[in-house]
Amino acid sequence: MINFSLQEANPMLAPEYIPLAILFILATALGFLVVIIGNLFGPRRPSIRKAMPYESGMRPIGVGTRRTPVRFYLTAMLFILFDVEVIFFLPWAVVFRELGLSGLIEMGLFLLILLIGFIYAWKKGALEWE
Amino acid sequence: MDWFLILEWVIKAVILLLFLTAGFAYVTLFERKVLARIQVRIGPNRAGPQGVLQPIADAVKLIFKEELSPKDADKVIFMLAPVITVIPALVITAAVPWGRSINLFGREIALGITDLNVAALYILAVTSISVYGITLAGWASNNKYAMMGGLRASAQMISYELGLGLAFVPPILLAGSMSLVDHVETQAAMGIIRWWLYQPLGPIIFLIACIAEVNRAPFDMPEAEQELASGYHVEYSGMKFALFFMAEYIKMICVSMIGATVFFGGYLGPFVDQFPILGPVYLFIKVVGILFWMVWVRATSPRIRYDRLMAFGWKIMLPAALFNLTFTAVLVLLTGA
Repeated sequence: MINFSLQEANPMLAPEYIPLAILFILATALGFLVVIIGNLFGPRRPSIRKAMPYESGMRPIGVGTRRTPVRFYLTAMLFILFDVEVIFFLPWAVVFRELGLSGLIEMGLFLLILLIGFIYAWKKGALEWE
Repeated sequence: MDWFLILEWVIKAVILLLFLTAGFAYVTLFERKVLARIQVRIGPNRAGPQGVLQPIADAVKLIFKEELSPKDADKVIFMLAPVITVIPALVITAAVPWGRSINLFGREIALGITDLNVAALYILAVTSISVYGITLAGWASNNKYAMMGGLRASAQMISYELGLGLAFVPPILLAGSMSLVDHVETQAAMGIIRWWLYQPLGPIIFLIACIAEVNRAPFDMPEAEQELASGYHVEYSGMKFALFFMAEYIKMICVSMIGATVFFGGYLGPFVDQFPILGPVYLFIKVVGILFWMVWVRATSPRIRYDRLMAFGWKIMLPAALFNLTFTAVLVLLTGA
């Protein structure tokens, strides 16, 4: 099951990625094409009023990109922690049958550490949105 | 290098892109029609018979609209953000099989763009990239509503991505592979009921996470009209706005395709063994079914408050997904399936 050939080690050599590259190029072309079409056919009558950021008719106070609430940073950090752990589950799941009981126990320990961190974050109030 | 093979790949890529873009146009009509019927209205019925030309009328209107960009916007990122949003939506279904291989012009043609051995990982990776476009759009607009909408969208998408990622693990565990072709073939071998019994929460977690992932009602806080005007795309107009719209609806189709493949048998159906060409038809029917469910949810449920939405993602979805995963692992070990 786990055999690393040269082709699998170097994805650029694997033929299954060529169709993906073709699709990606075509999708990029389509995306830019739509923007270009819009630029070609749309009228262009700029004015100061139109260039103002839309804030429901109010005159904007200060710049648009202001300091962001710290909650978002906290969410991003928690996400990175847990998402990396999710990524570890994927290869484990592929070879789970071969690992058998020892695989389950090892993942149980990993999950336990993950859960301790999760419960700590929960109790600390990191999951509350204030 | 076999040139016919490259031609085949190009044709299949073009077919997928045409299906997704045409699908986008008609999903908008489908949604408006279904919403109208649920709300006892008629819906669009002026352009063409039963309103079938409505998407074309919308497209023509948007093409001839003026493209505005706000004064202090970051011009380059402002232009690139819609493109960055739409590319992941267009390439995410590359790993989804449409059916078993068929014989055409004396050639064995696999139905599907490619069969990646890391398909689940690929899908998760591309889903993560699509967050960038939305965040950049919000940031580059130099608008407080857009900024807030972009931040909310990215925080919500990354929170529900955990549930989404963990919902993928039990199918991988059962199939012993990340390839979606293997997932479907394992479902064919096991039977769909046993497939579900091994992961009772899997389909539910996946479907809920999907709605949050594409920012649709009841999880459409990033676009909450009452408080954010329309969120991250408030400054966009014309075809750039159309690209965001396109990305959202194409992602709807994509997650339906992935959900249908991983949890509802994909291209499997009666007589598909004898006639492999029926595979794409069954997949299409299942995709329409899930899309109908998504529209139904939008028509029925009110928007969830943002703090509750995040709490739901972290305090219910994540533990439930972890439980589901452990359940599957223990059951597989006990039954030796």
